[in-house]
Amino acid sequence: MAVTNERQQLLDRRPQGLDLGPTGRGGDRLFGGLAKGSGIAVIALVVFVGGFLLWLAVPALRANQASFLFSREWMPGIQPPRFGIVDLLWTTVLVSGFALLLAVPVAVGVALFLTHYAPRRVAGPVTYVVDLLAAVPSIIFGIWGIKELAPKLAPLSSFLSGNLGGFPLLRPGIADNGTVFVAGVVLAIMILPIVTAFTREVFAQAPREHKEAALALGATKWEMIRLTVLPYGRSGMVSAAMLGLGRALGETIAIMIILSKPSPDSPFNPSLFAGGETFASKIANNAAEFDSPTKTGAYIAAGLVLFVLTFVVNAIARLILQHSERKHA
Amino acid sequence: MAKRIDVSDLDIYYGAFKAVEGVNMTVEPRSVTAFIGPSGCGKSTMLRTLNRMHEVVPGARVEGKVLLDDQDLYGPDVDPVAVRRVVGMVFQRPNPFPTMSIYDNVASGLKLNGVRNKATLDAAVERSLKGANLWKEVQDRLNRPGGSLSGGQQQRLCIARAIAVEPQVLLMDEPCSALDPISTLAIEDLVAQLKEKYTIVIVTHNMQQAARVSDNTAFFNLAGQGKPGKLIEMDSTQRIFSNPSEKATEAYITGRFG
Ligand SMILES: Nc1ncnc2c1ncn2[C@@H]1O[C@H](COP(=O)(O)OP(=O)(O)OP(=O)(O)O)[C@@H](O)[C@H]1O
Ligand SMILES: [Mg+2]
Repeated sequence: MAVTNERQQLLDRRPQGLDLGPTGRGGDRLFGGLAKGSGIAVIALVVFVGGFLLWLAVPALRANQASFLFSREWMPGIQPPRFGIVDLLWTTVLVSGFALLLAVPVAVGVALFLTHYAPRRVAGPVTYVVDLLAAVPSIIFGIWGIKELAPKLAPLSSFLSGNLGGFPLLRPGIADNGTVFVAGVVLAIMILPIVTAFTREVFAQAPREHKEAALALGATKWEMIRLTVLPYGRSGMVSAAMLGLGRALGETIAIMIILSKPSPDSPFNPSLFAGGETFASKIANNAAEFDSPTKTGAYIAAGLVLFVLTFVVNAIARLILQHSERKHA
Repeated sequence: MAKRIDVSDLDIYYGAFKAVEGVNMTVEPRSVTAFIGPSGCGKSTMLRTLNRMHEVVPGARVEGKVLLDDQDLYGPDVDPVAVRRVVGMVFQRPNPFPTMSIYDNVASGLKLNGVRNKATLDAAVERSLKGANLWKEVQDRLNRPGGSLSGGQQQRLCIARAIAVEPQVLLMDEPCSALDPISTLAIEDLVAQLKEKYTIVIVTHNMQQAARVSDNTAFFNLAGQGKPGKLIEMDSTQRIFSNPSEKATEAYITGRFG
């Protein structure tokens, strides 16, 4: 082979002169400006919406005669109004937390299967089907949940509340099927795609060199996953869960269709087998009665609490993600 | 402890692509064998067949025999996981487990083998870190993450991790290529010490390194792009570097590469 030729080619590839002049940054400036502009616009929009909601909510909160955060009453229509969100907060957190508890282990399992166990021709279709779940409208989930799933879950519900009813969360609740339990199962299915997609992404990024290090030490596949993939993906799993939680907190239609509204004077029941209303379903259920400014303001105030809750959850997810990115940089 | 490796008629494939062809070689116990040759000739591929890491790549497979003393590594009831527990490996880029402490990195292999006893682990960690010439530098910060060390220290940590399980063979794929000259010398000294206990195979692009550390040298080459790599010759390092039998070997080691 032409030895000298190859060497000459390598030498020729060295930079010839030294050019430190401008490199044409007009495009940079234009797109930089556009990006900055849209960033500011989005922030302005959020501030504007937030401000508008506050402006509507504050008069109602001022007029409120009950404790907004701690009262179980919800009578924004009377004079003076009395309303509190503690029931809504509890049901929202309970149903979302329960959904998360069901969804995350399944999502982690599916993600591990897709990234490390399934052959490629299986992984593709399965990924597609899981993603397809995200495309099912939530109203379908609601109808399916209450008509199909709820009767099938009823024996399990009565078994649990019958045998473990001593635990406050499993105390017997309402007679019909519209329980937090059923709603949580449906919500879990609804958030499964996003949690799976996100965990799958982090698991797939676990560095090959670390996986090979584990295998070369004589790790089995599962040991390799435990040693490298799971620690690497831990923060990703947490933020995936937070994203799922954020979505669960705000879900409206399916919850509204499934959950039975308790009568206003029924005693507080913390159980999974009780009915209830979440922030979102409460507001949607009563959208027809936003007739007085005080009433509207009360619902908006409740909506604002949901907004803050979701915001905090998302912020935590983001913080965890950033922290881990810095760690792996 | 240290074992002899006998390779016969080994062909190595990535799917349909034959990367290495017809290798026959013997690696003596308690010796250092260097693999040299131009980039892409299959040194890493060959090395990774010796602990069955090759087949980690989807579609990768081998034909032929690799005997460790008298046992065929590719025999029907041989578990690759078991093979890797006796044939350790150090990679080109230092790859300590980043979320684990220095201590846990070194102990990880033992824990995989089911060792739970704290005293045993402590002793093994200290012995391995001393064996890798790293103990003095890290003894007072064993709980810091492995990723907090310098590149050279990380590589010695990886060596400590590999020797903690007392393997019979130690494979090293360009272990110094990401390191500065001082760390490189430290690792070379270490290799010279380790060969008293282990059979060592080391891939290197550095001729001086091959000449310094190895007892035997295997030269690989490939006939052209897309053709499989071959073992051109294998002999004592002294002979390969002074009076090789093949023209190609001489051309390569004197820098007239082609
Ligand atoms: N994972 C892989 N999949 C497919 N082909 C591969 C893979 N790894 C290596 N090869 C091919 O196998 C041949 C030998 O590669 P190998 O990495 O063993 O060479 P090498 O001698 O170690 O080179 P270098 O000195 O650059 O490390 C090359 O043609 C390479 O393209
Ligand atoms: Mg290589």
